[in-house]
Amino acid sequence: MYGNAYVAPEDARHLNEHREDPEKLAEFEARIAKGEKVEPGDWMPAEYRRQLIRMIEQHAHSEIVGALPEGTWITRAPNFKRKLALIAKVQDEIGHGQLLYSAAETLGKTREQMLDDLLSGKSKYSNVFNYPAKTWADIAVIGFLVDGAAIVNQVINSKGSYGPYCRALERICYEESFHLKQGHDNFVYLATGTAKQRAMLQDALNRWYRPLLHFFGPSDKDSLHTEKLMRWKVKMASNDDMRNQFLDQYVPKIWELGLTLPDPNLRKNEQGIWEFSDPDWDEFKRVINGHGPCNAERLAVRRYAEEAGRWVRAALMKKDERYVVPLA
Amino acid sequence: MESLDPRIRRLKLPIDEPLQPTNSHLITWEVFHQEKKGKQPVHVGIVHASSPELALVYAKEQYARRGKTTNLWVVKSSDVYTFSPEDEDIFETTPEKIHRDPAFYKVREKIEEYQKRAGITSQVSQ
Repeated sequence: MYGNAYVAPEDARHLNEHREDPEKLAEFEARIAKGEKVEPGDWMPAEYRRQLIRMIEQHAHSEIVGALPEGTWITRAPNFKRKLALIAKVQDEIGHGQLLYSAAETLGKTREQMLDDLLSGKSKYSNVFNYPAKTWADIAVIGFLVDGAAIVNQVINSKGSYGPYCRALERICYEESFHLKQGHDNFVYLATGTAKQRAMLQDALNRWYRPLLHFFGPSDKDSLHTEKLMRWKVKMASNDDMRNQFLDQYVPKIWELGLTLPDPNLRKNEQGIWEFSDPDWDEFKRVINGHGPCNAERLAVRRYAEEAGRWVRAALMKKDERYVVPLA
Repeated sequence: MESLDPRIRRLKLPIDEPLQPTNSHLITWEVFHQEKKGKQPVHVGIVHASSPELALVYAKEQYARRGKTTNLWVVKSSDVYTFSPEDEDIFETTPEKIHRDPAFYKVREKIEEYQKRAGITSQVSQ
């Protein structure tokens, strides 16, 4: 589950600085315009490669880190059925991370390097996972709405131009439809339950509303560099369009249960566009730069896994074997 | 805020200690999945593992999580040979070789024309 790739402002400058052989570039862009896919060994602009690595890598990290807040609830799931579903979901998310790391590897960055960059803070992951899952109702909101938002993004991006990423996303979307359904099931169960359960769910919704609006990234008017990424089909829809699609699909499903969202200005206007209050983009920037409520502990847990597993990996290593880049 | 993650609270993990870079990349394996007997095994992705036995275990976790599976194959990526992407043009003329296509061979018109010419009426349908 994942939102939109975050492009840091200093990163955006590269997009326009890099010079490519104009003939090859024109041929490449014509192929993409025709709807052809790009495969690992094909010629591609250096900037296309760099942006895709950054984006797929962020996506992979988000799957791995995203499993952490949910993972803490496996031992505290309210019954066996919910526990089974949550275990399966968390396993799926780690599997999605693996699939995405593989796709990014085909572009020439090793998995070890990506994991190192995650732990050193050099690589980003989705902001939404830097918030705590305080109660069981948070698990319902994550399963239903965070996964719902991720599916909006992933379905759109599975139509992109890079073959290995599209293939990974298709498999991911197929598996995540179960995440969404079990999340909705859990959400509806609490919403139609006791007053205490409804209050717990409403409280979780209130806390997740802003992170969910942040999920698709800053508003289009603040995203300067999307034109080329859209032409290359690295990005398939603008942040605002995806956010609007998400609100359109999910707000009615929240309201139909008599639940509310903590924003008096949230409404669909006559043009069919959802309007909402400013969700505090400064907070978004603070969290992406490492100052969210859970950034440090998420990385600490990852670092522990890395360190505690090191001797196992070292014991398994074969001296005469060398890493090779996956084929596809 | 005190952490809600029991792994943090119980293990008392240090929250900002630098990490030594890892240097333990395992072997890359291409994975093929066969849904049921009689079907073609199909390439589905890769795993990293130190041995073929472990590669199969990881492949099962990763690629046999849903639906039916009869078997999985793993092959070292370094043992797979492919054409270079620049040589794609060697396949370019294949679709033009329509003489290999059954639809290229059409005789019905000739038969009907001959029947007309020779005054043959069909023996089967009256």
